[in-house]
Amino acid sequence: MCLAVPMKIIEVKKDGTGICELESIRYDVDLSLIEEAQNDEFVIVHAGFAIEKLDIEEANSRLQLFEDLAEMHSEQAQK
Amino acid sequence: MKYIDGFRDSNAASIVVRDIHRLASCLAEKSIEARIMEVCGSHTMSIGRYGIRQMLPENVKLISGPGCPVCVTDAAYIDAAVELAGRGVHVATFGDMLKVPGSSATLADARSAGACVHVCYSPLDALSFARENPDKEVVFLGIGFETTVPTVISIVKKARTESLKNISVLTAFKLVPPALEALANDEDVAVNAFLLPAHVSAVIGSEAYEGFVERHRLACVIAGFEPLDILPGVQGLLQQFAEGRSDLENQYSRVVRRKGNRIALSLMEEYLEPADCSWRGIGTIPGSGLVLREEFSDYDAAKKYNVSTVGGTPDRRCRCGDVLRGIILPGECPLMGKECTPLFPVGPCMVSSEGSCAAYYRYSR
Repeated sequence: MCLAVPMKIIEVKKDGTGICELESIRYDVDLSLIEEAQNDEFVIVHAGFAIEKLDIEEANSRLQLFEDLAEMHSEQAQK
Repeated sequence: MKYIDGFRDSNAASIVVRDIHRLASCLAEKSIEARIMEVCGSHTMSIGRYGIRQMLPENVKLISGPGCPVCVTDAAYIDAAVELAGRGVHVATFGDMLKVPGSSATLADARSAGACVHVCYSPLDALSFARENPDKEVVFLGIGFETTVPTVISIVKKARTESLKNISVLTAFKLVPPALEALANDEDVAVNAFLLPAHVSAVIGSEAYEGFVERHRLACVIAGFEPLDILPGVQGLLQQFAEGRSDLENQYSRVVRRKGNRIALSLMEEYLEPADCSWRGIGTIPGSGLVLREEFSDYDAAKKYNVSTVGGTPDRRCRCGDVLRGIILPGECPLMGKECTPLFPVGPCMVSSEGSCAAYYRYSR
């Protein structure tokens, strides 16, 4: 019920809505609950509404950590 | 999408799981068992789907809490929705609500009998339907936690702006922090740590839990719903146990800020006020609900149609209340998999795909 997915903003419209994309599929999304939505930003979408922006810097640094862990796992598996 | 797939890497997960086992061994030496309640139904579903419970050591238990809003919706609320549908009102709802048993019928039964019950992906679908059908009365079933509340209230705001009068909301909104307080104060609930919800926290902010953690000295971690959110969340909790700490950690900082979503919170503040609220199988928790303020009563379906959402008589054999408080595991309910199945649910925890019984039925039997 509280599931929400990250999507990329493709277009911000003047009426507070926009078009967002996930896996090459585009969705109409209400952007009225977030501040100053801009094209190419990532948002978390729940029930047709963007409920928060994704902090790309935080997300990328977390992903880098997991890439490092995955590499460590591969190296250990080879030994 | 790397911001989804990147958090499902099995090799990275293996390393995290190994560290969880290391930490758990240290705790076992001190005879500490980590009993972690995941409060959100989306966590419950993810834990089941990815087999996370099976990856964990013996002394680390994940216990599902009352975090599925469908599961804690009172039978009387379903009765009111069924009554409205029977009166010819168009009832619009998220799909999970269709099969939740009321005192004697479900919304699916009402629909089979000819009532107009519409399944929506978004509350906006109900608004569009009302806009396109000004001669029809529409009621949206406003269930959900803080994640969903602002999306539902947005349609009230939009309806007011457009002077649409043929749509209203039957509210059963619930709040997570008062439920946490009730769980922490309940002596029958044997948990010593909480995995806090992802998107509820995105709306209310990590700040909303600070008082709770301070008062109860319980280890808490806010975590997302992907495996590489949940596993590091558990790892963080075990690290706290190992170091003798009881802190609030935000491991979902890519989405959750300390102050939450300012626009959503101010919308909720403008339209809603706190109220005592009944949680199915648990009882009334003070201040754990939100209802429309008096000045918006034109959009309050309970007032507009004079229906009651309290009382109701759910099936007394159902042990969902004990499951929701982590007192029994879903498999310990005598109805599990026999009289209660996803096709023929007796209790609400078997209805929603995020219910603990449904997750157990699907992934753990």
